[in-house]
Amino acid sequence: MNTAAQVENNLPHQVAPDVVIDVKNLVTHYDDKLILDDINFTVNKGEIMVIMGGSGSGKSTLLRFLLGLNTPTSGTVSLLGKDITQMSAQEMYEMRKQMGVAFQGGALFGSMTVAENTQLPLREHTRLDENTMRIMSRMKLEVVNLAGFEDLMPAQLSGGMIKRAALARAIIMDPKLLFFDEPSAGLDPVVAAELDELILRLRDAMNMSIVVVTHELDSAFKIADRITVLDRGKILMCGTVDEVRNSGNERIHNLLNRKPRQDAVDVDEYMGRLTGRNIKGSLPD
Amino acid sequence: MKKAISHVGKLSLNAIEEVGYAFMLLVESLEWFFLGKFRNQSVRLAHIFHEAMSIGVKAVPIASILCFSVGMMLALQGLETLKPYGAQSQVVTGIAVSVTREFSALIIGIIVAGRSGSAITARIGTMKESQEIDALRVIGINPVRYLAAPILIAMMLVLPLLTVIGDFLGMLGGAVYTSFELNMTVATYMNRSFEVLSINDVAQGVSKSIVFAIIIVLVSVSNGFKVTGGSEGVGRSTTRSVVLSISYIIVADMIFTFFLTR
Repeated sequence: MNTAAQVENNLPHQVAPDVVIDVKNLVTHYDDKLILDDINFTVNKGEIMVIMGGSGSGKSTLLRFLLGLNTPTSGTVSLLGKDITQMSAQEMYEMRKQMGVAFQGGALFGSMTVAENTQLPLREHTRLDENTMRIMSRMKLEVVNLAGFEDLMPAQLSGGMIKRAALARAIIMDPKLLFFDEPSAGLDPVVAAELDELILRLRDAMNMSIVVVTHELDSAFKIADRITVLDRGKILMCGTVDEVRNSGNERIHNLLNRKPRQDAVDVDEYMGRLTGRNIKGSLPD
Repeated sequence: MKKAISHVGKLSLNAIEEVGYAFMLLVESLEWFFLGKFRNQSVRLAHIFHEAMSIGVKAVPIASILCFSVGMMLALQGLETLKPYGAQSQVVTGIAVSVTREFSALIIGIIVAGRSGSAITARIGTMKESQEIDALRVIGINPVRYLAAPILIAMMLVLPLLTVIGDFLGMLGGAVYTSFELNMTVATYMNRSFEVLSINDVAQGVSKSIVFAIIIVLVSVSNGFKVTGGSEGVGRSTTRSVVLSISYIIVADMIFTFFLTR
């Protein structure tokens, strides 16, 4: 298991046999700007890993790299023992059958009903007949408490229902890996708590390995087996809930106590921003 | 001055990048259509049919009305212009040739670019902004195969058909007006039109319409995939898509006509 101490001390990375996600030395840039800096962590089989951090910490960007939606500048992202940064399109296509993703806004297809949305992965990856697909989608909608809503369009659903429908679509293929982006964002506390329970039930019932990206502390502490704390594109810590709670790191402490970040002001840089010139008087490029 | 040169350089690079992107989109769409079944990811006929209905069948009424009106307008202008020379009967040839070679394909191209091209950009752009394109990718569905290829094939099938319908209705518009002016029946007018037309005239318009179909799809789909900046970005890309499609159609038509009349 990749412990917090290993991350903090940059010790050699040892992959245990039950590791299903292994991120090594991940570095990413947007143009010339460094976005993620030397990210290392692992997720074990049947584990819920929460990636936590404030806005702009790079957690949603990290998720895109875990999903293979973007290619990193350097480093590797291994899912189920295979490095997805080196995969061919066909290999990635096969890998995606073992992954389920629920996006922050649901990303349900607006022109399809809830049932059609949940059946889409089956339709694309299997040769099941219509009846079997219908039964399977109803089963998954039952799991997420959306039975009876299969004929509704996404526009007719509430925020919580959209997230649950997206979750039903994500688990329709019984994936080994489930990724959930901001499950609680924009939901009232009761609905958010229901979703947390649902994630825990899924892990227990289907033995899925789940990665949840969130900035909601209560939700993170409730569902996480381990937490990776990101700040300004770097991992501050990777550890159990108790280890994170008891961390002596000031920035983690500030995040947990919802203290706003107060960076020291560089006077020259500040003047440059105000005047549009750098301190030597020439226009910035 | 330095800034201006840098700006022109950036614009040129962007233009080259856009052309390259559109070309790759065309190649990839055709590749998925012809080779998709060998990868167990074929382009669904149901999707092509759905797009063909939306692009083609639903555009028939407006396309018919406009082509009929253009035919009638040509008759009006033609009769007026040829009157001093006593050559009004030649209006039949003029309308038949100009409608089949030029006007029908052009009018249909412009209507479809405005009607369907904008809808395609808005749909794909909205899907991109709401992460539906990402959702397709993580499900393992290639967005070009699922979204672009069916539209391209449907457009390449439907636009020529609409053009042929436009040919007929353009001539019919000319016939209706001319029959009053020259005391001939609509049937006689149409028979004479078919006599003067060669298959080459119709083929010119139809082949142009295939080129226009490719232009509309590449411009609208690539603008849709490149949307950024929320709903405002969708609106901006939609406008850009329509303006570019119509501009490229007119320029392509001019180049096409130049070479076909050599």
